[in-house]
Amino acid sequence: MRFAVSLLTILGVASVVGTVLKQNEPYENYIVKFGQFWFSLFEKLGLYDVYHSGWFLAILLFLVISTSLCVYRNGPLMIKEWRTFKDHASEKSLNAFSHQATFSMNAGMEATKGELVKFLQAKGFQYKFRPQENGSELIAAKAGTHQRWGYIFTHVAMVVILFGGLLDGNLPFKVQEMLGYKRIETLDIPSSQVPEVSRLGVFNSSFRANMTLPEGSSGNVAFVRVRDGYLVQELPFSIALKDFRMEHYATGQPKSFESDLVIIDPDLKEPITKTISVNHPLTYKGIAIYQSDFQDGGTKLDFKVWNLFTPDNQPRPLAGAIFEEGLLGEGDAALKVEYNDFRKFNIINLSPDGKGKPHNVGPNITYKLRNNKGQAIEYVTYMQPMRIDGKHYFISGMRETVQDDFRYLRIPIDDDASINGFMNFRAIMLDESKYPEIAKKIARNSLEAGKEPAVAKQFEESVIQLLKVFAQGGYTGVAQIIEKNVPEKEREMVAQTYIKMITVAAYEAYNMGLAANKKPLLVSGTETEALIRDSLNSFSDMFFYGSPYFLQLEQFEHKEASGLQLTKSPGQKWVYLGSVLLVLGIFAMMYIRERRIWLLLKPDHQQVLFAMASNRKNLDFEQEFNLYREQLKSLLA
Amino acid sequence: MNSNTLDYQQKTLLQRLNWQDWLYALILVAGAIFSYSTYAQYMDVYEIGFLFGAAALFSYLGWQWRRLALLVLGVGMISVAAIGLYQGDQARATQVFLLKFLISSQSAIMWMNVLFVLAMATYWLALFKRSEFTGKVATALTWTAVLFGFVGLMVRWYESYLIAPDVGHIPVSNLYEVFVLFCLITAMLYLHYEQRLNTKQLGGFVLVVVNAAVGFILWYTFDRQAHNIQPLVPALQSYWMKIHVPANFVGYGAFSLAAMVASAYLLASRGLLASRLPKLEVLDDLMYKSIAVGFAFFTIATILGAMWAAEAWGGYWSWDPKETWALIVWLNYAAWLHLRMVKGLRGPLLAWWALIGLLVTTFAFLGVNMFLSGLHSYGTL
Repeated sequence: MRFAVSLLTILGVASVVGTVLKQNEPYENYIVKFGQFWFSLFEKLGLYDVYHSGWFLAILLFLVISTSLCVYRNGPLMIKEWRTFKDHASEKSLNAFSHQATFSMNAGMEATKGELVKFLQAKGFQYKFRPQENGSELIAAKAGTHQRWGYIFTHVAMVVILFGGLLDGNLPFKVQEMLGYKRIETLDIPSSQVPEVSRLGVFNSSFRANMTLPEGSSGNVAFVRVRDGYLVQELPFSIALKDFRMEHYATGQPKSFESDLVIIDPDLKEPITKTISVNHPLTYKGIAIYQSDFQDGGTKLDFKVWNLFTPDNQPRPLAGAIFEEGLLGEGDAALKVEYNDFRKFNIINLSPDGKGKPHNVGPNITYKLRNNKGQAIEYVTYMQPMRIDGKHYFISGMRETVQDDFRYLRIPIDDDASINGFMNFRAIMLDESKYPEIAKKIARNSLEAGKEPAVAKQFEESVIQLLKVFAQGGYTGVAQIIEKNVPEKEREMVAQTYIKMITVAAYEAYNMGLAANKKPLLVSGTETEALIRDSLNSFSDMFFYGSPYFLQLEQFEHKEASGLQLTKSPGQKWVYLGSVLLVLGIFAMMYIRERRIWLLLKPDHQQVLFAMASNRKNLDFEQEFNLYREQLKSLLA
Repeated sequence: MNSNTLDYQQKTLLQRLNWQDWLYALILVAGAIFSYSTYAQYMDVYEIGFLFGAAALFSYLGWQWRRLALLVLGVGMISVAAIGLYQGDQARATQVFLLKFLISSQSAIMWMNVLFVLAMATYWLALFKRSEFTGKVATALTWTAVLFGFVGLMVRWYESYLIAPDVGHIPVSNLYEVFVLFCLITAMLYLHYEQRLNTKQLGGFVLVVVNAAVGFILWYTFDRQAHNIQPLVPALQSYWMKIHVPANFVGYGAFSLAAMVASAYLLASRGLLASRLPKLEVLDDLMYKSIAVGFAFFTIATILGAMWAAEAWGGYWSWDPKETWALIVWLNYAAWLHLRMVKGLRGPLLAWWALIGLLVTTFAFLGVNMFLSGLHSYGTL
């Protein structure tokens, strides 16, 4: 008994481990999180898949054995208690009961017996007579002994449930893996190339596997994820995806996703067509097919690629598709483009304090640019401008490792809500041939310089120098120059002056860009100041963008893929059976109260001895005993 | 109780019913028939079953507990009145006086919050003053709080359909809604035991946990605007939600009630307030009874959850943090019941265990959503 309680507690504590440590993540995530030492330790303890680890299964096994033993030992006892009336109780033993009373018998034997029997019947007791040697008669009664079945049901249920769970666990695979017959695959290769040792045949009786089907394609294998690899699970039929549909609420949140599937099987007269959705799976040949999630199925993409660091403001077209690769640049500096994911809807909360309502900001594309050394930077670029703090920006995030947060480049839109205003501005700021013109414009408008030509010339020179520095490294570049050349006391003042000069130069440069494209010029005001400030910040941030290429998504041809989960669980019906037994058993144990009543009629003393007992002594029993005693007293009076 | 306690012939339930009981049941069945005839095409076969099942269940419960019948009728009448005032226009919530200040779902829930605070204060006052009248006031306040809370949920159910027909759903779908449900179920369990044991002395204790929930509801409303009705994500669009979630909250409510009674037990066993509280064995018995009912419903809820998972997620058990913590809660109370039923233990150990059980339960209820992630994150903060 104490063992049972301890087991339940240990199981509870052990289960906590798997909730605080994220289970079944790729091993690299753990290595990064914990460092090599703890990673190895946790791996040895099996903590990354704790619920299938040896020691956890051992605890469950202990529970099964202990419960089975309990049922084996106590079951026969329970059944005996359920049936027996305990009619061999002697007067001496009844007198020793804590709950007993004696009444005087005022009527004859038969009459009294009749009244007592009516009483017992009204209270729902079954009874048995046992005449005693000395002429007395014992009525032994019982009620609620069905409670004993509650014990048997609940404990058998635990064994049945755990048995069902075991059937659905991956024990056969674990054994095969230990013996070397099976091994997980870790390479990202086409399923047809995965060797036999990492494949599970169609006779595998239980599995949980995933399958991603792009629209218009079909497949006859699914993938079982195991630790940081997988196994190929062969299916006895093919599944084709005719169409995947996603609907949204007016707020932009997903409302439903459904897949039109076709099951193709030579055993079938004609293929089965069915639409599945979340909460509405399709079951065929014991395999349940669920709508699990969705992803991109190879959307075609058309980009305009801007080279951020040339004064050339002509973008180049680039075509690609998700899951494919492309190439940017040439020679040693060439970058491989890996198109990873396209999402048509992105529901984001852009309010500054995070409290506003999220809304759909439009599509984004996730891709990696990889250099010839194999290092990659990940980018996520949004197709449409986002409204932040009342203004609109084109947003592109980058990060160098999966653990980092994305850092974002925010490019302000121009009056046509396009990126061209910024790109033209950028081109001019990088074009040294334009600097003299900019410098002259500034000098003309500045009061100081208007005084003497020599001062004006010097002023223009400094502007040109500053612009050169800025074009090399943005604000950071300017800051470095200041640190190198300016004494500490004067740095603040010099920095302020430089920022002012750059801002004015930027204003002129932006307008030059607009003029060249025959667009209306900017006029000074708070909006223009903000635009110039944002443009300068974007220009500065460009140097941290990680690559010279900005991929602007122009058009896409959307193709979706449906994420299906396929499971075969032979243990399910055992678990359900066990569950029913468990619930019935719990209600029986708690709400059927077993009580026993003995009524010993003693004609020679003209007395009736009343005794009552219950296998659970609690308040209800006390109250019931008192009530019956009073009722019997009045009945027999 | 029988009118003549010495008359041992107990009447069966049907024999005890009078014409008011039958009228009450008739009203419920009529309401179910009306709903069926109006909305049957939007309900699947299970939901139709639940509709009539609910009419039957609440008839039976109302027959066993007359005050509950009055509550059901009161909630029904006021909710229908609110629906009438809306006239199908969501904007009227801020225009019509009665909606704005009394019976729109947010107003009703706010009244519930206020009333629970007042009720707890009144119970404590009654306890200290040993005043029977103050106790009656406290009970009335608690019933009124429960009335307004259920009106709030019913009207919220209707309001979700006003936003758009495809947004409408039963209001047990996120953390905000279930916190309201928790308050109501815990309070109702308390009121049931209060009447059964004929003691108002525990009200102040049980309402502590209800008021903690009220505090959370207020923070969640004002800081996170959580009271806004959100449409259901695909995984929650199922008839299972109508039975799995309420069953879970009968469990949570009962466990919380037991923990609060345990705290009273521990105080009384040290002599604090002992003269004002029921006897220790009564408190002990109440702890047992509420953990028993909680355990039974929690088991049912977990099993229903597993059956739902098998339809939605590809398997009846995924060792998801919420599922695992539900198991941990279950194991905790299974151990408690073993100690009590088999070893016959009584006393402070079990009281402490029941009190600490509240921490385990709270973590499973709230902590998992706050700190851990998983398939169950419908109620994230």
